[in-house]
Amino acid sequence: MDFTIDFTKEQIESIEDVLQEELIDLGVQSVILMDLAGNVIVNLDNGGTSHDVYSLAALAAGNYGAVSAMANIIGEQEFSLLFHKGEEESIHFSKVVEDLLLLTIFNKDVSLGFLRLKVTEAIKRIQMLI
Amino acid sequence: MALINPKKREVQVKIVYYGPGRGGKTTNLEFINRKFKKRILNEMVTVKTYGDRTLFFDFLPFDIGEIKGHSIKIQLYTVPGQVKYNATRRLVLRGVDGIVFVADSMDLRREMNIRSLQNLKENLESFNKNIFNIPLVMQYNKRDLSEEGIPILSEDALQKDLNSRLNAPYFPASAIRGDNVAATMKKIIALTVSSLRKKLE
Ligand SMILES: Nc1nc2c(ncn2[C@@H]2O[C@H](COP(=O)(O)OP(=O)(O)OP(=O)(O)O)[C@@H](O)[C@H]2O)c(=O)[nH]1
Ligand SMILES: [Mg+2]
Repeated sequence: MDFTIDFTKEQIESIEDVLQEELIDLGVQSVILMDLAGNVIVNLDNGGTSHDVYSLAALAAGNYGAVSAMANIIGEQEFSLLFHKGEEESIHFSKVVEDLLLLTIFNKDVSLGFLRLKVTEAIKRIQMLI
Repeated sequence: MALINPKKREVQVKIVYYGPGRGGKTTNLEFINRKFKKRILNEMVTVKTYGDRTLFFDFLPFDIGEIKGHSIKIQLYTVPGQVKYNATRRLVLRGVDGIVFVADSMDLRREMNIRSLQNLKENLESFNKNIFNIPLVMQYNKRDLSEEGIPILSEDALQKDLNSRLNAPYFPASAIRGDNVAATMKKIIALTVSSLRKKLE
């Protein structure tokens, strides 16, 4: 099985538009759409940060895989909320489709509830594009 | 298969260093990180336990320039070699494009090399991949130990144990000194990227 989905240039641009409108324009610092092999598919930021997105994606893929394996051991399909909260910045993970993850980095000006709502909307729109 | 981003004209290629615990996988990446500092834009990421053993993986992104107008980003990973960490080894193998198998030349590690290679086969099968169809390079590491009077396996013995059917390119090496570390890496990149070329046309 090959895990990597091939995207066209047009698909990537449409996904970028969705992420820009739903998340970046609302104050999110940066978003990464990635696969579970740790590849970065799309990344966008608000210009105020320059994270090492490749390392983040590698670690996020491992982290997500480990948490899913823990869920299976205790008899859960998956955990619905994956979230790491820091003093200033926080990271939120969400599954888009099998093998695709959306990673969102946001600061304390954005509430978790609002972010989750927006992430859900963005994911619905991305699912229709792929 | 590697990820191709047609918008950025960028390709991400995943290469995994596999092999028994303490065989020298992390040492290979550390050497590459020092030697090719200029081409490595970001820090090497390592997830280790106290005793310096790899707990999850090491990760080193490496730019090799352009092929057919696409910039190629090589992502080097190591797995944790210790037997008990198989679940994490499998996670790291996900989406792998090429593999370096780092065997330990020490006499004492003969059985561990064979078992680790068998484990690699099984883990690839769990992703419906066949070890015979994936770019693979063998590295027989720690050749320097013979100078200290420590018994090591001959290259022939290692070839027989590990590579008689696979017939992969192989290198005797000393990761700690850096002997053949770059050669091993160049070989696996060449093998992996040549299968990619066709796709980029
Ligand atoms: N003499 C000698 N020692 C080496 C060589 N390569 C690695 N070592 C040593 O072997 C030990 C284990 O090396 P690592 O690179 O951490 O091994 P690893 O394969 O990453 O081990 P795990 O993370 O447990 O899977 C370290 O003490 C290294 O210094 C070598 O070529 N020669
Ligand atoms: Mg290691």
